[in-house]
Amino acid sequence: MADTAVDVQHAEHHGHADHHHGPQGLLKYVWSTDHKIIAMQYLFTGMFMAVIGGYMAYVFRMQLAFPGISVPGFGQVSPGEYNSLVTNHGSIMIFWVAMPVLIAAFGNYLIPLMIGADDMVFPRINRLSYQIFLVSAILLLASMFVQGGGFGGAWTAYPPLSAVAEYNQTALGSSMWLVAVALEFVAFLLGGINFITTLMNSRAPGMKAYDIPIVCWMIVIASILFMLSVGPLIAGAVMLLFDQVLGTGFYDPARGGDPILWQHLFWFFGHPEVYVVLLPAIGMTIDVIATFSRKKIFGYKLVLYTTVATGVLSFFVWAHHQFIAGIDPRMANVFTITTLLISVPIAEMCFVIIATLYGGSIRLTTPMLWALAFVAEFLIGGVTGIFLGASGADIYFHDTYFVLAHFHYTFFPIAIIGSFIGFTYWFPKMFGRMMNDTLGKIHFWGTVIPFNFIFIPLFVLGIGGQHRRIYNYQHFPELAGPEMYQLRVIATISLLVMLSFQLVFFYNCITSWISGEKAGKNPWKANTLEWTTESPPPHGNWPADDMPNVYRGAYEYGHPDREEDYWPQNQPS
Amino acid sequence: MANAKPLATLRSATGIPTGRLAVWWVLASEVVIFGGLLGAYLMHRLGHPEWAEAAAHTNTWVGAFNTFVLLSSSFTAVLAHQAAEKGNGKEAAKLLGFTILGALTFLIVKSGEWTYEIMHGYTITANNFWSFYYTAAGLHALHVIAGAIIMGFVAVDAYRGRELHRVELIGIYWHFVDVVWIFLFPLLYIAK
Repeated sequence: MADTAVDVQHAEHHGHADHHHGPQGLLKYVWSTDHKIIAMQYLFTGMFMAVIGGYMAYVFRMQLAFPGISVPGFGQVSPGEYNSLVTNHGSIMIFWVAMPVLIAAFGNYLIPLMIGADDMVFPRINRLSYQIFLVSAILLLASMFVQGGGFGGAWTAYPPLSAVAEYNQTALGSSMWLVAVALEFVAFLLGGINFITTLMNSRAPGMKAYDIPIVCWMIVIASILFMLSVGPLIAGAVMLLFDQVLGTGFYDPARGGDPILWQHLFWFFGHPEVYVVLLPAIGMTIDVIATFSRKKIFGYKLVLYTTVATGVLSFFVWAHHQFIAGIDPRMANVFTITTLLISVPIAEMCFVIIATLYGGSIRLTTPMLWALAFVAEFLIGGVTGIFLGASGADIYFHDTYFVLAHFHYTFFPIAIIGSFIGFTYWFPKMFGRMMNDTLGKIHFWGTVIPFNFIFIPLFVLGIGGQHRRIYNYQHFPELAGPEMYQLRVIATISLLVMLSFQLVFFYNCITSWISGEKAGKNPWKANTLEWTTESPPPHGNWPADDMPNVYRGAYEYGHPDREEDYWPQNQPS
Repeated sequence: MANAKPLATLRSATGIPTGRLAVWWVLASEVVIFGGLLGAYLMHRLGHPEWAEAAAHTNTWVGAFNTFVLLSSSFTAVLAHQAAEKGNGKEAAKLLGFTILGALTFLIVKSGEWTYEIMHGYTITANNFWSFYYTAAGLHALHVIAGAIIMGFVAVDAYRGRELHRVELIGIYWHFVDVVWIFLFPLLYIAK
């Protein structure tokens, strides 16, 4: 009863009565159902996992460039540890960094604020989603310390290597890895249902479909893609778990099973997954570019329809990962065509961005630099994808570092640059203070330049025939020449440079959080609804009796009839 | 207090109540899970005509009885929805109780059937037909168990006259569990 009394008082104070005043104190942050706090939980967990994933990259890159040395902060890398490091680096960066930061953190933070709602439609399911995600992260980290070590069968986990303990030598580690991934899927299914229903049902009065900011559309379309593609892999994961634990033979050809079945189930999810994380990043890019070009985005509906087209097409390209898995060459042709087709909508989005920039009054703030870098770097990733999508070229490039470099030229812009776009752009809203722009720019150049010096050498190595997933190239005379080692050393040194520049970012975050310049409601003079409330927004986002109404689209910059060059969505005309 | 809903939950820009919308999205995500599993099973089955021999050992009559039980339980779920629409929570709770009884009957029959089969050597590792049989039916049984538990909560609430709209939502989910079985029954029991 005492609780209730306190709550009533509290509610009267804030003039907004009704909902979820949960536990107080520190527990408030752990057990909260507020979408902003859950977003922060996802964001910080994702950042923590990113540090671990980066540390893993550091360890195995050191082993590749200087085989056999004792890596500072790790020690000598054994072959089993090497496999486990590359596997978990991949898994962590995709499932525990890109997904939680781009979709869950920004989705949770932005969707209610941008559509003028006070929370998600199911706040408690939202909290459950994070808690399951946290369990999955802990389980994954724990799997690296059990007997036999962490799973080392690559993030794609092809059977029979992943299914048979005699082959992978990590009986417990591989099952824990698999369960962790499956739990992570459950967390994002719960989150995804929340995002989709929230966007569909909880928009502010007056906000029509074409008034929704692009980034919200992108996150929701990504959630739908995830939901529709992950199901077969969940079924496949159950089958793989049974193969591991019970000894069934779903993927064992000797017993009437089929290892290729896993590849189909995995990539039927795995390829749409690329777009699941790409779409939020490209959505943030477009929003940031519109704000800092002070221009309406070129072709809002075009972008939206293109996104839907990408989503549909992404379900028909998965077999381009399996060109050398023994699929019928006629089938390979079909998948080559669909794969080349899917570059059309993505190229279209790049043109939209360039057309938006054209004639705008561009401001090169830190988030804008990140957004421009996203387009430039992703373009290289996209163009090299054409090589790999064509089955003829892919037979040569398959499983070389060319694939790896191509992949990182798409995923680094998505997961890392994308996160920095969002983080630097919405930092003032999240924490109420501006980030230091000079430090931000130092961090930007210190990240983007070394990034290119890591992966361009890897393209060259890949064309030179360097295969992936090899612990020590000294065992392969044709890959152990000094010219190849030089390139490996360049890549590793660049990685060290890039990682050390991240310290600037963390320093900037902490100092700006404590003593940055106060941001005010709308530091970027942007139109979308999240900039019409306090920074950081209070519980409930707006006062309950003053929820925003929407009168126009999100991109009315530089309107000729207005003195101001922006026109917030909630201002009556 | 803690259960009071945010404004976001009460809005309905599409005109469809939020709960119903969410249940349909849950079902969409479930359809692809079972779709993937059954698709994989079908492809294998077509490639392995010899599985017919293994399938001949499943008991079609027991499967048919369970089909009847599940369909009847769906019928009482519909009646419960009707009662809830009229605002009669007690009646809805009673009818949901019948549906839960159906779920329990289904599970008891299923465990008897599985015990019999396992004792005769048809375990999950016997061959890949049995692996699929236990995996698919087991995943479905998990949904039956989950559905029955949730239905229990909904029924208790409905009995007290609260959250009556949830009777419809759990009913939609229950029909889905039913439909999955309608696919499993011919694929695992009838096709010999």
